[in-house]
Amino acid sequence: MRNRRSRRGRIRPYTFTGGRTRSRHPLLVQTLVSAADANTEAPSTLPPEAQRIHEMCRETRSVAEISAALKIPLGVTQVLLSDLADQGLVYIHPTITGHSPSENQVLERALRGLERLFQ
Amino acid sequence: MDSNASSSSSSASGRSLVSAKVVVAGGFGAGKTTLVGSVSEIPPVSTEAVMTEASEQHDDLSSTPEKVTTTVAMDFGRLTLEQELIMYMFGTPGQARFWFMWNDIVRGAVGAVIVVDSRRLADCFDAIDYFETSQSVPYIVALNRFDGELPYTVDQIREALEISPEVPIVDFDARDRNSAGNVLKTLLRYALSRPRQPDPVG
Ligand SMILES: Nc1nc2c(ncn2[C@@H]2O[C@H](COP(=O)(O)OP(=O)(O)OP(=O)(O)O)[C@@H](O)[C@H]2O)c(=O)[nH]1
Ligand SMILES: [Mg+2]
Repeated sequence: MRNRRSRRGRIRPYTFTGGRTRSRHPLLVQTLVSAADANTEAPSTLPPEAQRIHEMCRETRSVAEISAALKIPLGVTQVLLSDLADQGLVYIHPTITGHSPSENQVLERALRGLERLFQ
Repeated sequence: MDSNASSSSSSASGRSLVSAKVVVAGGFGAGKTTLVGSVSEIPPVSTEAVMTEASEQHDDLSSTPEKVTTTVAMDFGRLTLEQELIMYMFGTPGQARFWFMWNDIVRGAVGAVIVVDSRRLADCFDAIDYFETSQSVPYIVALNRFDGELPYTVDQIREALEISPEVPIVDFDARDRNSAGNVLKTLLRYALSRPRQPDPVG
């Protein structure tokens, strides 16, 4: 059986194209977003992709779900969502990372949810 | 007012929604998509990311700073754990040349499952190297035994993978819903048991 240590350090630093958002909101692939006002049309001055994204945000969805449904690459979806959020058109929901002990309660709720779903 | 759960929440009632992410990594064909599909409430969805290579600083052999653009697919599934708590499972692309994607998939994850085909242990070395080096996300190892007997004991596998004793190794069947769900439970228990310092998302 071969073991592992001989080969390492070959992970290259790639990033999503345009993935660096200007927004302060963390927009991760799992982050949920929804239209700030589900009854308001997106301004017609927005780029067409942004209008389609805004339209989808009438229901709460994740960044990845929007990207997959509209076939817009993830990095582009993130940038457009970030712009929509900066204009107050889209609300970005919080994401739990578990990195801070203050999130333990939510993680415990998640674990209980899994325990209910799987025996 | 909140009888409609998350899928049709209006902007006013849906504000308390939160989401979390688990990453499913491992070698090519190890059973990542199968695991995601077994637990997910939706069929695994595929999405694409256009990636640009930022630099090659970590690669000792190369000094050409040329940009390379690649399109890669990743798949994901979803679990509604509570009305306002949604977990996504993201599978990393299995081929080694796509490791570069991991940073963006992994960032902000609650934890990672490294799926290991017990007949091809070496295929998961990249994944373990990645999570061991980055240290930002707790990981567990899930052995998918593809119907067969495990060719090694769990202790032998731990030794071959050179992972520390506290990292859980579970034996599972990626096609079985409860077995795959049990892997996620193990991961969350482990994530909760780890000492953590307050630390902003980055
Ligand atoms: N017999 C058997 N087949 C399995 C099992 N798990 C997965 N498979 C099959 O193995 C193949 C690969 O599984 P996938 O889930 O697609 O593997 P993957 O890790 O997502 O593969 P890549 O994304 O291509 O790296 C598929 O044909 C699965 O149906 C298992 O436990 N037993
Ligand atoms: Mg797959």
